[in-house]
Amino acid sequence: MNFYLKYFIVAIGLFAFSGFFALFGVYAERKVSAFIQDRLGPTETGKYGVLQTIADVLKLLIKELIVPAAADKMLFMLAPAIIFIAVYMGFAAIPWAPGIAPSNLNLGLYYIFAILSIETLGILMAGWGSNNKYSILGAMRSAAQIISYEIPAGFAIISVVMIAQTLNLQAISAQQGILSTEKASFLGIWDVSKNGGFINGGIMAWNIFRAPHLIIAFVIYFIASLAESNRAPFDIPEAESELVAGFHTEFTGMRFAFVFLAEYSMMYLVSMVGVILFLGAWNTPLPNIGAVHLADWTTGVGWGIIWTVIKVLILVGIQMWIRWTLPRLRVDQLMNLCWKVLTPLAFLCMLISGVWRLWVM
Amino acid sequence: MVQTKSTVIHGLTTAWKGLTLTIRHLFASNAKRKIISVSDSNYFKQMEGTNTIQYPKQQLPVPEVGRYQLEVEMDDCIVCDLCAKICPVDCIDIEAIKATEAIGQTSDGTTKRLYAAKFDIDMAKCMYCGLCTIVCPTECIIMTNQYDRSVFELKDLTYVFSDMTPEEAAEKRDLLEKQQAERAAAKLAATQKKEGSE
Repeated sequence: MNFYLKYFIVAIGLFAFSGFFALFGVYAERKVSAFIQDRLGPTETGKYGVLQTIADVLKLLIKELIVPAAADKMLFMLAPAIIFIAVYMGFAAIPWAPGIAPSNLNLGLYYIFAILSIETLGILMAGWGSNNKYSILGAMRSAAQIISYEIPAGFAIISVVMIAQTLNLQAISAQQGILSTEKASFLGIWDVSKNGGFINGGIMAWNIFRAPHLIIAFVIYFIASLAESNRAPFDIPEAESELVAGFHTEFTGMRFAFVFLAEYSMMYLVSMVGVILFLGAWNTPLPNIGAVHLADWTTGVGWGIIWTVIKVLILVGIQMWIRWTLPRLRVDQLMNLCWKVLTPLAFLCMLISGVWRLWVM
Repeated sequence: MVQTKSTVIHGLTTAWKGLTLTIRHLFASNAKRKIISVSDSNYFKQMEGTNTIQYPKQQLPVPEVGRYQLEVEMDDCIVCDLCAKICPVDCIDIEAIKATEAIGQTSDGTTKRLYAAKFDIDMAKCMYCGLCTIVCPTECIIMTNQYDRSVFELKDLTYVFSDMTPEEAAEKRDLLEKQQAERAAAKLAATQKKEGSE
């Protein structure tokens, strides 16, 4: 019984976290966009408008759930749940700190990308079920975009996996810091592993610095992750100015809230995967320098959670910064970028990874 | 391929340019906007801080002679109906009752001979052209510096300026009718007398 109780608590905790993060994310997004545009953002609800998103949720809770008369009711009602659950399930395999992961899967990375792909199905269901031209256009664009961008994202990830030689996210995390037993070297030349040289661990043991081509892989992954979470400049599935709101045009109340929750959870999840694969996961950026054991002092369960959250929030911040700067890409530009630029570059990264693994490491 | 390469580089450099611009604004001063009049020489030089004017709490000063909402000083109105006639959108509705005698004088010495049973201005229709204020012979209809009049009902935007109650108006109408009847009777009597004498 206790066995199951633990799982329930973890599941509820993750749900609460994604809900809390969506509240925070929406507020942060509104404030960031406001400051970028020299406005003030929400100011009236609570001090500095901090209660604004709670007020929004209360509003969404009491709104009527409208199902269009011509909608495919089953698909329409299931879609928001599937969209959210696909993202929510992704959180199951994510490590937060040394030894802290809801589920320590040895195929964690594979699992996350498999389960995230189900989101496309939910979006297609939402678009088709709404029986609305804008919704179906948005859903089609979304499916095309997500499927296309999974390729460069996938190859960028494979180039990391080839260096790490594992799909277990906890193992990939552990390799990038002082808890690793393997040899790690900065740019492949300077040994920074635990018993290596003068400086051990820290930022230089992170994957993006272990092999220089992984910086490019990280940029490719980051761009592709923006597209996969339907964020600007790749928000053509929503494209307010063309498609009303794209695939979620017809949703109201809590169903709409679930679509929104999924979007913000997705932002967090893809950033977290990026952090784990490239930016040292829960490892500290501070190295051990001689007798000053900065890395030892800032490694642990508590520190791990702090570093993870800080790094993820920085990436989420960058996602918001990009959204409020760059204009939306056209469909053809989007596909151009994916197939002609990112995919060849990602292939190249994968090739270099192989060479790197064979000759340098 | 060469062209693709240069467009990619161009795309990245311009994107970076945009990103540096927005990040500067993100971390720029978020100071509240200072409320200074448009006549101030610094008004168009306010480049720092937010642009938002938090309206009900902060208000931009408007000139004292602002040309916003209409106001009528009924004591000075001679109910000449010129304003209603010139109004391009017909937002002024006046109903005049002739007085039986001169009622008094306006502040500029014009004699008032008409009562205004009704003097309504529909501010929802008004286009703020100010023509009514120009034609008014006694300058009793003016534009003020009041601009914020939000109402819950559309009918509340019809401003009623007449200070007469319906009873008073009815009384004045009766008086006028009586006077007109008397005059008509006197006229009839005079004509009959004239006819009789012939």
